[in-house]
Amino acid sequence: MITLRVTPAFALGSRRSARLIERNLYVYKHGWMVILSGFFEPLFYLLGIGFGLGALIGTIAGPGGEPISYQLFVAPALLASSAMNGAITESTFNFFFKLNYNKTFTSILATPLSPGDIALGELGWALIRGGLYALGFMGVMVALGLVVSPWVILAVPAALLLGFAFGAVGMAATSFMKTWQDFDLIQLVVLPMFLFSGTFYPLDAYPDALRVIVQLTPLYQGVDLIRSLTVGAISPILLFHVAYLAVMGIVGLAITSRRLDKLLLK
Amino acid sequence: MPDDPSNPLIRARGLTKRFGEFTAVDSIDFDVAVGESFGFLGPNGAGKTSTMRMIGCTSPITGGTLEVMGMNPAVHGPQIRARLGVVPQQDTLDSELTVRENLAIYGRYFGLSRAEVGRRADELLEFAQLTERANDQVEPLSGGMKRRLTIARSLINEPTLLLLDEPTTGLDPQARHLLWDRLYRLKQRGVTLVLTTHYMDEAEQLCDRLVVMDKAKIVAEGSPRELIERYSTREVTELRFAPGIVETLDGRLDGIAQRVEHLPDRILLYADDGEAAAVAVNQRGLKPETVLVRRSSLEDVFLRLTGRSLIE
Ligand SMILES: Nc1ncnc2c1ncn2[C@@H]1O[C@H](COP(=O)(O)OP(=O)(O)O)[C@@H](O)[C@H]1O
Ligand SMILES: [Mg+2]
Repeated sequence: MITLRVTPAFALGSRRSARLIERNLYVYKHGWMVILSGFFEPLFYLLGIGFGLGALIGTIAGPGGEPISYQLFVAPALLASSAMNGAITESTFNFFFKLNYNKTFTSILATPLSPGDIALGELGWALIRGGLYALGFMGVMVALGLVVSPWVILAVPAALLLGFAFGAVGMAATSFMKTWQDFDLIQLVVLPMFLFSGTFYPLDAYPDALRVIVQLTPLYQGVDLIRSLTVGAISPILLFHVAYLAVMGIVGLAITSRRLDKLLLK
Repeated sequence: MPDDPSNPLIRARGLTKRFGEFTAVDSIDFDVAVGESFGFLGPNGAGKTSTMRMIGCTSPITGGTLEVMGMNPAVHGPQIRARLGVVPQQDTLDSELTVRENLAIYGRYFGLSRAEVGRRADELLEFAQLTERANDQVEPLSGGMKRRLTIARSLINEPTLLLLDEPTTGLDPQARHLLWDRLYRLKQRGVTLVLTTHYMDEAEQLCDRLVVMDKAKIVAEGSPRELIERYSTREVTELRFAPGIVETLDGRLDGIAQRVEHLPDRILLYADDGEAAAVAVNQRGLKPETVLVRRSSLEDVFLRLTGRSLIE
């Protein structure tokens, strides 16, 4: 008989995780303005770069090769980047504070909740926040006439998946951090990814070797996935993007859960 | 199950906790019965908090066995914690929430309905005398208020067993007495209390039975009275001499008391009749600056057992 030693999904968290989301709702009841700011960042980029630069550039080759307007090219990438940024803010800075200063998690572990519940609950909250931003941004795209395919409906869940992947890995990374200075490292990874993952111009701009590297970054998976859904260029490669992000999220969550165990249950 | 000694609420055998090479709890044995209030008395670093955290299922044991409510913490942590109330040594209140929200969300962690949580939160605010501060942030509260809120929070799930790690350390006497009163009420309602303290008066006030811990080990066990009877005399006479005199005493106190203890600032004469000892001191022509006759306390028990004072 073969025994499989796989971490069962429930070990990563349970229904009780939802209580963490409730806690965050309480917190943001006091400071909902903070949440609002997340709507504007991608919007400003879209107006500034999409329409400003777009006027100079005109059309550009889309995911299927057919020419599309620059606004249509850049809007899905901004949706992807804002999903990434939202998830990272919540899972790094805010998570670090709760872990090291507020002792929130320590007190929660005296209740039936486990580290896995905390990891999943915090991530769930980051996703809800990210989902709200994605919906808001989608609304703007509709208003600006940037909707050309029914597949665009799936862009919002795709943005959530991207948030899940980055949020989980962000928490895992944060669990290893000792000081606030360590966060500079995150910026060092996130900023180049934001600029170079095919966000603002197509990958043709790169030499072959560099292009392969970019194609392997997690943000690129999200950008290409969401852009393809937005323009309706459906191909099997999208399944690869989905699988990549899902695995990244699950691995991040498992690491986070282990680390919380080690850090909090001494 | 109640009062049946074969069914203790907590049962520890050879319980051990190591942090790397360092042994914080060294193979201790104890039982806590249902409805009892049980104390760990010991100085800083004795291993009290480490023991409490193992009972609270937030610190895995490194040796021996531990059963809480008949269950194994390593396996049934969530089930055990569902019936525990925990007051940690350091307050872990949620600084991002108000007083009332702290109680409400904590109840939700235990899976209580919103309506139930609201009802209990109001009751507990009353119990902790914090009703007026319900909608305030936690940070500006005084130490005593925070402690009361932490205790209130630990009661939100109506626990069978309440773990209190130094519940009154750092509080002024008035705040301590208020807390003792609240704990006494809980005890009367049948809640089993397990507490740690390095205050002997607290142990005497609150504990039916206690163990004295020192350097990771249990060195004695019994009710406060039993311990005093076993390890001390009924009374103690404390003598303070002018500087330089103590060195010249040299055996002149011999025979006055059952035991003589030299502390840096005073000499303790352990005798069942303290007055008589004081008179004898006088008759031998010794002139202490002050003489104080008092009843023996757990402090004396500790001194006897370890050769050191409880609070340095
Ligand atoms: N997480 C830890 N890592 C290493 N040593 C620890 C840890 N927690 C406690 N200790 C050590 O274990 C000993 C007992 O600590 P503790 O249980 O807190 O004692 P008490 O509560 O009686 O003051 C102390 O010497 C303390 O430094
Ligand atoms: Mg302690």
